[in-house]
Amino acid sequence: MELWNRSRGPAAAAALAAILTSAAALGTAPALAQTPPGVLIVGQIAEPKSLDPAAVTAVNDFRILVNLYEGLVKYEPGTLEVAPALATDWTISEDGTEYTFTLREGVTFHDGTPFDAGAVKFNFDRMLDESHPFHDTGPFPLAFFFSAVESVEAVDPLTVKFTLSEPYAPFLSNLAYPTGLIVLPAAVEAAGADFGRAPVGTGPFKFAEWRSNEAVVIEKNPDYWGDPAGTEAVVFRPITDANTRVAEMLAGGIDMMVEVPPVALSQFQSDDFTVSEQAGPHLWFLILNAKDGPFADKRVRQAANYAINKEALVGDVLEGTAEVAAGPTPPAFAWAHDDALEPYPYDPDRARELLAEAGAEGATLTFYVTEGGSGMLDPVPMGTAIQADLNAVGLDVKIETYEWNTFLGEVNPGLEGKADMAEMAWMTNDPDTLPFLALRTDAWPDKGGFNSGYYSNPEVDALLEKARVSTDQGERAELYKQMQQIVHDDAPWVFVANWKQNAVTSSRVENFSLEPSFLLMLKDVVKN
Amino acid sequence: MAGYILKRLLSAIPVILGITVIVFLIMAMIPGDPATAILGSYATPENVEKLNRDLGLDKPLAQRYVIWLGNMLTGDFGRSFSLNRPVLDEILDRFSATLILAGTAFVLCSLIGILAGAISAARQYSLADKAITFVVLIGISVPSFFLGMMMILLFAVKLRWLPVSGMYAIYGGGDLPDLLAHLAMPALALAAVATGVVARLSRSAMLEVLRQDYIRTARAKGVPEGRVVYGHALRAAMVSIIPVLGIQAGFVLSGAVYIEMVFQWPGVGRMLVDAILKRDILLVQGGVVFVSACYVLFNIAVDVAQGLLDPRIKT
Repeated sequence: MELWNRSRGPAAAAALAAILTSAAALGTAPALAQTPPGVLIVGQIAEPKSLDPAAVTAVNDFRILVNLYEGLVKYEPGTLEVAPALATDWTISEDGTEYTFTLREGVTFHDGTPFDAGAVKFNFDRMLDESHPFHDTGPFPLAFFFSAVESVEAVDPLTVKFTLSEPYAPFLSNLAYPTGLIVLPAAVEAAGADFGRAPVGTGPFKFAEWRSNEAVVIEKNPDYWGDPAGTEAVVFRPITDANTRVAEMLAGGIDMMVEVPPVALSQFQSDDFTVSEQAGPHLWFLILNAKDGPFADKRVRQAANYAINKEALVGDVLEGTAEVAAGPTPPAFAWAHDDALEPYPYDPDRARELLAEAGAEGATLTFYVTEGGSGMLDPVPMGTAIQADLNAVGLDVKIETYEWNTFLGEVNPGLEGKADMAEMAWMTNDPDTLPFLALRTDAWPDKGGFNSGYYSNPEVDALLEKARVSTDQGERAELYKQMQQIVHDDAPWVFVANWKQNAVTSSRVENFSLEPSFLLMLKDVVKN
Repeated sequence: MAGYILKRLLSAIPVILGITVIVFLIMAMIPGDPATAILGSYATPENVEKLNRDLGLDKPLAQRYVIWLGNMLTGDFGRSFSLNRPVLDEILDRFSATLILAGTAFVLCSLIGILAGAISAARQYSLADKAITFVVLIGISVPSFFLGMMMILLFAVKLRWLPVSGMYAIYGGGDLPDLLAHLAMPALALAAVATGVVARLSRSAMLEVLRQDYIRTARAKGVPEGRVVYGHALRAAMVSIIPVLGIQAGFVLSGAVYIEMVFQWPGVGRMLVDAILKRDILLVQGGVVFVSACYVLFNIAVDVAQGLLDPRIKT
C-alpha cells in the first residue's frame, strides 16, 4: 500500500474544496449563538461563592442577589440615597438608638410564605447572635456592618424595632447594602449550610437552577408584589477570562457583560452594542507614609499631588474608564460631596518648588504596587506612570510589586519602616466608611484600622466622630464637607481616580442602566 | 504481571503521601490567608482573626495536617471556602470535564502524531515529510493559549461556526453534538503542541527501526510495504513511543490549565487557578492531591503497557 497515493491527490483536493465550500455556506447562514428572546444572558466575572446574602462579600455575587432578594430599604435608583423597600416607613428615636420600621403588607416569599417581622428578626439574629441555632450556617464576614445592633424585636407582624448600643448614622445605608437582604427563615432551617445553593427571597426573580461553573438561572416571580420583571429569565454565566468575555459578547453568546477591560471598549463602538457607564462610590488613591520618611512633611505630600498627572492616568492608562478624584469622598455620594473641591492640578513646577522648600529634592521613595485586586483597576501600568511622574520632579521611586493578598498583608499593618507610599482603592456604601476606617487617629493599624499612612489631625477626628452619631443628613453633609477641605489640604493621600463602572449590552437589550451602587438591578430590563 | 502491578501500586503510596505534605506546606507558607482574601477591603486584624477561627485555621499546623489527612482517608476532603460546597463534589464535577478535554486532546495527539511520524519516516525527505515537519514545528512553537485565542477570533467571532467558550450551550443544548461543538477548538488547541512532540519522536523512532536488518529481510521476502511499515516497524517503534505518550499525557493535563482559562472550560485546571487566587486552601490541597494521584496511576498504567509490549521490561 502506498502511504501517500499520488493518484488520490485530485480526489482529496476535490473533497477538501467541497468541505471548504460547505463551511463557507454555513458561515453565511444565520449566526450561531443567538440567545433566545425574553432570556437575558449576563457575562459575570466569576462563579458566585454562595447565594446567601449574609455569607458573601463580592460585588460579583451581589449582582445576582439583589434580583432575588430585597432588604428593608434600598438605594433610590440612580443615587445612593436610602428609599423604602420591604419597609414602607421608619422612625428614628431622638437619641438615634431606636429604629422602628413599618413593613410592607401583602409581600410573600417565593414559596408563598408571608413576609413578616419574625422573618426580619430571624435574619439579623442569625448573623449577630452566636447562640442562634442557625449561626453556624455562616461565617458572616460582613456582620460587623450591624455590630451596633443590640437587639431586634418583632413588635407586631408588621412592625420591627432595632435597638442600637450607640447612635450610628450609617445604619440605614448598611441596611440597603446586600448584606441586609432578607432570606426566608424556613429555607435556612431546611437547607442549613447549603442554603446558599437553594436561595428563597421576596424579589422580582426566583431561583431556578445553579449548574456549577456554567450558569446560575433565575426566573420571573409571577407573584411579585410590585411591577413584574421584564424578562422571563436571567442567566448569569461566569467567564473569568476578560478576553474570552469580550469574545463571547462579540460573538453574541451573551447579551450583557460587566467590567469591560478599558482596551476592549473600542471594539463595541457600533450600532450592535450599547456601552453604559456610571461613576460609583469608589476612590483610587496612594497612601502616603506621614510618620517617617519624606512624606512626614505636608509640603512633600502636596508636591506628590501636584506632580502626578492624573488626567493622563485616567485618559491614557484607564482609557477614560475613571474620573479624576478631588478628595477623599467620591462624588457619587452626592449629598455628602463638597462640589467646591478642585483636584490638585498637574503642576510639576509647583511640585519642584514645594520639594525645594521642604529640602526633599532627590529623595528616595519605596512604592508598593499590587498586581491586581478588587477595585484596583490597572495597578501596574498606573504605578509605572506614577513613578515616571515623580521621577520627573526629581524623586527617585523604587517600585515593589506584590500579588493582591500578599499586598494587603504588607499594607494593612502599616507602612512604617517599610515603604513611603502604596496603592489602594476602596468602594463603600456610606460616606462615613472610608474616612472613619482610614483617616482617623484611632484607625491607625495598631488600633485595628486601615490608616496605614498614620495620618492624624484632631479636627478631622472630631468631625468624623460627630458625623457618625448625627441622625440628621443635612448636618452630616456639612461635617463631611469640612472634613474634605481639611483632608484635601493636608494631603495624607494622593487622590487619583473615581472608577466608572461599565457594561456592554447588545442592541436587543432595553431599559438597562447601571447604578452608582454598582449593583445590577435587572427587574425592568427587556430582552427582545 | 499481577505482582508487578501490586508492587508499583504500593510504591505509589509514599509518593502520594509526600505530595500531601508538600502541597500542605506550600499552602501554609504562601503569603496571604483566606480570611484576608474573603474580607478584602474589610480585613481588619480583628475581623481576620474571628474569620480564621470560624474557618478552623487558628489551630497548630501539624494538628491541621493530621485532621486534613485523616478526613481525606475517610473520603471527606473538607468544604471549599470560596464555593461553599464539599471539595470532593467540586473536584469530581470538574475532573470529568478535564478528562473529556484532556482525553480527547490526548487521543488526537497520539493518533495524528504517530501517523504523521510514521508517514514522515516511511517517506523520509519527500514532500510529505517536509510538509509534515513544517506543520509540526509550527505546532510545537506556538503557545497553546495564543493558538486558542486566535481560533476564537477566527472561528467564533468572525465566522461564527463554533461557540466561543464553555462546555454546553447555556440555553437548550446539552446533547452530544453540542458538546462536540464546544470541544472542537479547545481540544485541537491543546493537542497542537503535544502532536508536534509525538510526531517528531515517532519519526525518529520509526527511522531507527526501519534501518534494522529484519525490516530489510521483510522487504526482501516481498512483504507489502504497508505491512512492513505498519505491521513490523510501527509495532517495534511503539516500545519507545509509549513512554513519550505517558509524558505527553501529563503535559496535556497541565496544559489544560491555560486552555481551560481561555475557553472557560469548567475543568480542574481553571478550578485550581481560581482556588489559588482566593486562597481556598482545602480546594487547592484536595485538587492537587487528586490530580497527582491520577497522574501517578496513569504512569503506572503506561509502564504496565510497555511491559506488555516488550517482554524484556517486566517484574
